Amino acid sequence: MSGTFLGMPSFQAAAKEALGNAQQRRNLEHATRTIRGKRAQVVAELDDWEGLRRTAAAIKDNVLTHLDSYLLQLEESLTRAGATVHWASDAEEANRIITGLVRATGTDEVVKVKSMATQEIGLNEALEEAGIRAWETDLAELIVQLGHDRPSHILVPAVHRNRAEIREIFLREMGQVGAPPPAVLTSDPRELAEAARVHLREKFLRARVAVSGANFAVADTGTLVVVESEGNGRMCLTLPETLISVVGIEKVVPRLEDLEVFLQLLPRSSTGERMNPYTSTWTGVTPGDGPQDVHVVLLDNGRTDALADSVGRQALRCIRCSACLNVCPVYQRVGGHAYGSVYPGPIGAILNPQLRGTTSEVDQSLPYASSLCGACGDVCPVGIEIPDLIVHLRTRVVDEHRGGVPSGEQLAMKGAAWLFADHRRWEKAQKGAELGGRVLGGKDTIGRLPGPLAAWSDARDAPTPPAETFRTWWKREKGGRR
Amino acid sequence: MSSRAAILGRVSAALAGADRVPPPRQEYGAPAAVPDVVGLFVERVEDYRAVVEQVAPQELAAAVARALGGTDRVVVPPGLEGAWLSALDGAEVLVDDGDLSPDDLDRCGAVVTAAAVGIATTGTIVLDHRPDQGRRALSLVPDLHVCVVRESQLVGDVPESVTLLRAAVDAGRPSTWISGPSATSDIELERVEGVHGPRTLHVLLVRDGDGLQSPA
Amino acid sequence: MTSLPGSGLRVALFATCFNDTMWPETPRAVVTVLERLGVSVDFPLEQTCCGQMFTNTGYAREALPLVERFADVFEEYDAVVAPSGSCVGSVRHQHAGVARGCGRPALADRATAAAGKVYELSELLIDVLGVTDVGATFPHRVTYHPTCHSLRMLRVADKPLRLLREVRGIELVDLPEAEECCGFGGTFAMKNSDTSVAMGADKAQHVRETRAEVLVAGDNSCLAHIGGLLTRQRSGTRVMHLAEVLASTERDFAAANELGGPPYAAGARDGREATA
Ligand code: SF4
Repeated sequence: MSGTFLGMPSFQAAAKEALGNAQQRRNLEHATRTIRGKRAQVVAELDDWEGLRRTAAAIKDNVLTHLDSYLLQLEESLTRAGATVHWASDAEEANRIITGLVRATGTDEVVKVKSMATQEIGLNEALEEAGIRAWETDLAELIVQLGHDRPSHILVPAVHRNRAEIREIFLREMGQVGAPPPAVLTSDPRELAEAARVHLREKFLRARVAVSGANFAVADTGTLVVVESEGNGRMCLTLPETLISVVGIEKVVPRLEDLEVFLQLLPRSSTGERMNPYTSTWTGVTPGDGPQDVHVVLLDNGRTDALADSVGRQALRCIRCSACLNVCPVYQRVGGHAYGSVYPGPIGAILNPQLRGTTSEVDQSLPYASSLCGACGDVCPVGIEIPDLIVHLRTRVVDEHRGGVPSGEQLAMKGAAWLFADHRRWEKAQKGAELGGRVLGGKDTIGRLPGPLAAWSDARDAPTPPAETFRTWWKREKGGRR
Repeated sequence: MSSRAAILGRVSAALAGADRVPPPRQEYGAPAAVPDVVGLFVERVEDYRAVVEQVAPQELAAAVARALGGTDRVVVPPGLEGAWLSALDGAEVLVDDGDLSPDDLDRCGAVVTAAAVGIATTGTIVLDHRPDQGRRALSLVPDLHVCVVRESQLVGDVPESVTLLRAAVDAGRPSTWISGPSATSDIELERVEGVHGPRTLHVLLVRDGDGLQSPA
Repeated sequence: MTSLPGSGLRVALFATCFNDTMWPETPRAVVTVLERLGVSVDFPLEQTCCGQMFTNTGYAREALPLVERFADVFEEYDAVVAPSGSCVGSVRHQHAGVARGCGRPALADRATAAAGKVYELSELLIDVLGVTDVGATFPHRVTYHPTCHSLRMLRVADKPLRLLREVRGIELVDLPEAEECCGFGGTFAMKNSDTSVAMGADKAQHVRETRAEVLVAGDNSCLAHIGGLLTRQRSGTRVMHLAEVLASTERDFAAANELGGPPYAAGARDGREATA
């Protein structure tokens, strides 16, 4: 099919497989339904949610279109506060910097706060190659790591797993890498969380180096912010001697006070809570409190490519809340793995092709992984017009394929455009449909269509054309008027 | 070329000819119209399944003692009001001198701190880690956090709280925003309280305006 | 006749290419409803397609001539009506962007001006004509699916439902999870047919839960997708465009009963609804 339709078959093939996983579909359906309901409730509590969204979008657009000066300001503030700033052009460079920093401390393990940026650059794998063990400490990340699995959701990377599966993973894997779970462990989420607490506590207490991301980096003060629930973030940000934070360059907010907007939008959009259990802010080094060796790695890794696209740029407003995933009917059915990236769902469809480019099959297919229903755009707390960006990226994929030997799809589109370009041509083409309608006379639907149209009729009956188009009827009945 | 120069160069190139969007005109720290700040704060903290008790200033020491219940070892920050612990009976009190290791803290069953701000709408307590709240590890490792908040420290919503934060940031201090006990929704997106942070959060909300001396 | 809400109003009908060819009963029903309300309806024959399929699949350059044609054909009218939420959505939300993206700022301005006069049927009836009761009779159990583009692009909100509530004899039942996409999504239905069918199957299931005789929506393409699944499942529910329900009158039912034919006449195509 890839010769016929651009952007196939990568997402499509992966989705087909995922759709067959009934357990995963039930898990996702249950989880996304729960979170959607909670989100809707706490969003409705605020008087002016739309105003907040507009302000957030405007702050982010201001940041993005002045990113050069804000980055310099951030660097200066961080340095003044005692942090060391590093710049990484891509994943490889970021991993090299971090590996070097960890090695310099003489330790061979790090504890990690859940961070999309470190997932994106494949930090754990890079550290492992250097002989450094990275312990994920967020419960869902722990489940993914222990299960030798891949994350499938931004907020809840193990959302595709249910409690029974998690129990099995804990029983099988935990004891091999640290404190084992209790001999008797049920699938009650409280017991599972307790097992994780015990397992990770010894790691927190002995850790000398932590790696985190940051939800926000404040330019005027050099303050970094981590928003979390479990307290694993606080453990990592507080107990070790060395803290390395990987921060995408788009995470900047200009002023400390701008946080008032995002700290209202993010928890409500993300976990559907008025406020998440814990938010930590730190500004470089505080003598006598927390890590005294603080590093910040500012990461590009494709972000400047997205920034260069005046339409696509707004994807960099994203605050990784995952609300768009939770409302997406496609994500809900196929799950996160089909997107082939740590960023799944609608944000993945618009972010991956911009960060990674559109050369691979999967990145070409992602903009097509949407029915354009618009539910994502409606919930996005920073007002990203996700459906418009999806269409924009489809156009990019199509335009990049122009000039070669035309595909079936290109020929069909060109042919149809030629017909529509002149209503007389179009009318002639309609005559064919009318003929078909008369031949099939009286039949409502067709069961099977030939060729590529079989993609329609495999599961859906197709309508038959009528014996007379509207145009023919109009000319006959109302011919006197235009 | 350094990566710093390369990245900044790419940013400038990406923005060449772009419409530069000005910052939105935004009124920061606008007070929220919350008619009953105290009532809402209590309701919202309870929503997280934290314990909230409203106490008069003269009842505070007894309330602290009750909240600590059978805890053997309690850690407190160096600047904590001594009178708050005056009703403790039997428990060992460690005053943090900055040298307690994470393991030392792990052997403490509870911590008592003051707070900087309470946010009614979200039921949040903000610590800015002044001497009466102590360094961050104190209020993190022990399993029970008894937190004393004065009514006069309550604000309506997040914006006022962020504005108050600037002084702490300017002084180089971190902040911790606490909304209920530690929790996770990572298993089927169902909320479970109690993971790595304190599993019990006990808030003592001290009344003011009743003519009696505030403990601070 | 001057008392009719649409008296003196001249409205151009944009049938949309799919309706024109595949579902002519829908634009015919629009003509019936509007003329009943006193509107004089024009059908400029130069019209073809709004270009949505091209735009949404990434073929903006192929859509561009259609954007221009649309402005050429319709800009002279005070009001244009189309019985399709997604085509109106494309005109209103995409035409100017396509023109701008293809380096045609002047056309973008014309497209914006033209788009400002284009209404989806329920918008024209309620916002322009100010009517909710269009004099229809439709004695059936009906459920309504708000299509994504009418809901989230045009924000028609409950306008179609307000029109349906005034229809005599109708028994309107809520559709569970009504606002979730049916999975049609234009070329998505082909490119990601498995996901599309999975979404459609859930929608069809919710439709069946309502035990409605008729599923109504404002977009025939979505209806063809859901209807294709319903008939494949041998469900007894048939699908019908909002315009056709609004065109139905008592006389149609009387006639239909006499003839034993289809229960509504406005857009009846012989035999097409017979198995429904
Ligand atoms: S795109 Fe919007 S809704 Fe999706 S994760 Fe980012 S901020 Fe949240």
